[in-house]
Amino acid sequence: MAASSPAGPLTRLMAWVDERFPLTRAMEDHATKYYAPKNVNFWYLFGALSLVVLVMQLLTGLWLTMSYVPSGDGAFASVEYIMRDVEYGDLIRLAHSTGASAFFAVVYLHMFRALAYGSYRKPRELLWLIGMAIYLVLMAEGFFGYLLPWGNMSYWAGQVIVSLVGAIPFFGADLMEWVRGDYGISDITLNRFFALHVVALPIALIGLVFIHIVALHHVGSNNPDGIEIKDHKDDKGVPLDGIPFHPYCTVHDFQATVAFLFIFCAIMFFAPEMFGYFLEKPNFEQADPLKTPDVIAPVWYYTPFYSMLRATTFPMFGLAAKFWGLVVMGAAILMPAMLPWLDRSPVKSMRYKGLASKVMLALLVVSFFVLGYLGTIHTTPLTTAIAQVFTLIYFAYFVLMPWYTRVEKTKAPPERVT
Amino acid sequence: MSNDKDATSVESKGRRYFLIGMTSAASVAGAIGAAVPFVKSWTPSAKARSAGAPKICDISRLRAGELLEPMPAWRGKPCFIVGRTPEDVERLKTEQDDLADAASEKLDRQPAYARNPWRSRRPELGVYIGICTHLGCSPKHRSEEGDFYCPCHGSRFDLAGRVVKGVPAPDNLDVPPYSYLSETEIIIGVDEEDLAAAKDLDDAPERA
Repeated sequence: MAASSPAGPLTRLMAWVDERFPLTRAMEDHATKYYAPKNVNFWYLFGALSLVVLVMQLLTGLWLTMSYVPSGDGAFASVEYIMRDVEYGDLIRLAHSTGASAFFAVVYLHMFRALAYGSYRKPRELLWLIGMAIYLVLMAEGFFGYLLPWGNMSYWAGQVIVSLVGAIPFFGADLMEWVRGDYGISDITLNRFFALHVVALPIALIGLVFIHIVALHHVGSNNPDGIEIKDHKDDKGVPLDGIPFHPYCTVHDFQATVAFLFIFCAIMFFAPEMFGYFLEKPNFEQADPLKTPDVIAPVWYYTPFYSMLRATTFPMFGLAAKFWGLVVMGAAILMPAMLPWLDRSPVKSMRYKGLASKVMLALLVVSFFVLGYLGTIHTTPLTTAIAQVFTLIYFAYFVLMPWYTRVEKTKAPPERVT
Repeated sequence: MSNDKDATSVESKGRRYFLIGMTSAASVAGAIGAAVPFVKSWTPSAKARSAGAPKICDISRLRAGELLEPMPAWRGKPCFIVGRTPEDVERLKTEQDDLADAASEKLDRQPAYARNPWRSRRPELGVYIGICTHLGCSPKHRSEEGDFYCPCHGSRFDLAGRVVKGVPAPDNLDVPPYSYLSETEIIIGVDEEDLAAAKDLDDAPERA
């Protein structure tokens, strides 16, 4: 771009485009002159990885629709056809099913990062809420997708979850019939779930992810110290503790993607069923409305909430236990959305919070795993009691947060990132 | 804020708000109207409704203490048709302490003629929807124990489909509307009073 020599064809092309579309500006605003904190660590990789998995799911999903038949008679057979007859069909299908679990794995780690470093705090409340919306859409997407193979677990898990709608007082039964479009889970239900899974929710997901990133780039990333890098800028307005997203973060994200794909492929090639946690045994049999599997368990990423549903065994205020189970499960899923207003700590990051916050976060993680495990097994009075205790612990993290974050002794965070 | 005199005058502002309000109201009404076909198209189609037609079951081969096999389905739901011995019937009358709703007080769970200790038209034969009232699994009939046990979450029902206390299921099993066509045949999905109406073409019953 020396002034003396005439501009090369590429430069002239860019100039032509920039006059008509803000390409250079967009690249600068979102990559080369978008500044991320220089102290972000391992935990900050999972946002980028979620994006990688989203793209993988869209690609493999699109390819699956080319051979899948969304009908009661055809669905199960078409999945077998994909697995056995379509060239590389098994790989594409297992990439999609493994991808579903991978999606939740990286999203849960991404959310844990936000809890640990207070990424939901001001000014990132909306960023967090958009993220929660993504999580909800993702759960719905996973649920609708799970019915599509039309295996026996698909069918009965669908039956159980849809019948939760029936627990709503007064309108429950009608609403349930409306959701299913039939008197039970049927062909008709399968067709509409397919439409939602491949058209409606992916569009919603892409839109939400887009505004999630727009919001992120507006407020900037949080960091493990939980302090704002924008508080200290040089005379050009560049944060002193910031580094350009590209190439410094992209190269890290690229490395992480390689490592992630390595693990992903290992699972996809050698343990795509993950001992029944990713693909459940009864799902290798076609849906049978007259035969219930011995244990109905959702896939692992829903089991913590499913445990809470099952642990709610007593009626209250004249409403059935089943209804309260729905309320408890819904509250457990939505509770994190309240975090920006529950956390009253003067500091954001777990590094500077007190002992109480650390213990509570550890308990939350433990309860998530314990409930997750209990959700995959048969209930006994003992497991129900354990699930009840851990459900209380899970809620305690949120409900007691305004109290313990205020009374505990915190450390003063540094002025600049460490 | 515009500097235009007319636009900022109180009178014109009021008019503008009125027009905006009316346009919004008309749009909302239009949107609600346009939503109707989309919402309605999710309700069971004519085909789904006709597939839910009543079902005729031959009960001549059912013996006391057994469940009718192969299990008939009505509206896609498994139906338990259970034969009961005189001892079973006696037990249903006397052993009621453990039951959550022994007297079938929840009215929408059964037709009026099934509000008795055996929850059926005749004591020796019970007809129940084989879907657990907890989360919709299908309980299993246990002939030794003389009950229905749901393997999913451990709910238990007696031979009249009454739920025992302290299990996750909140309610007794549903009793579908049914009638006797003869001593050896029952029809599920229609009450005696409506039998004539059910003979319409639309609702032609199907033999299980």
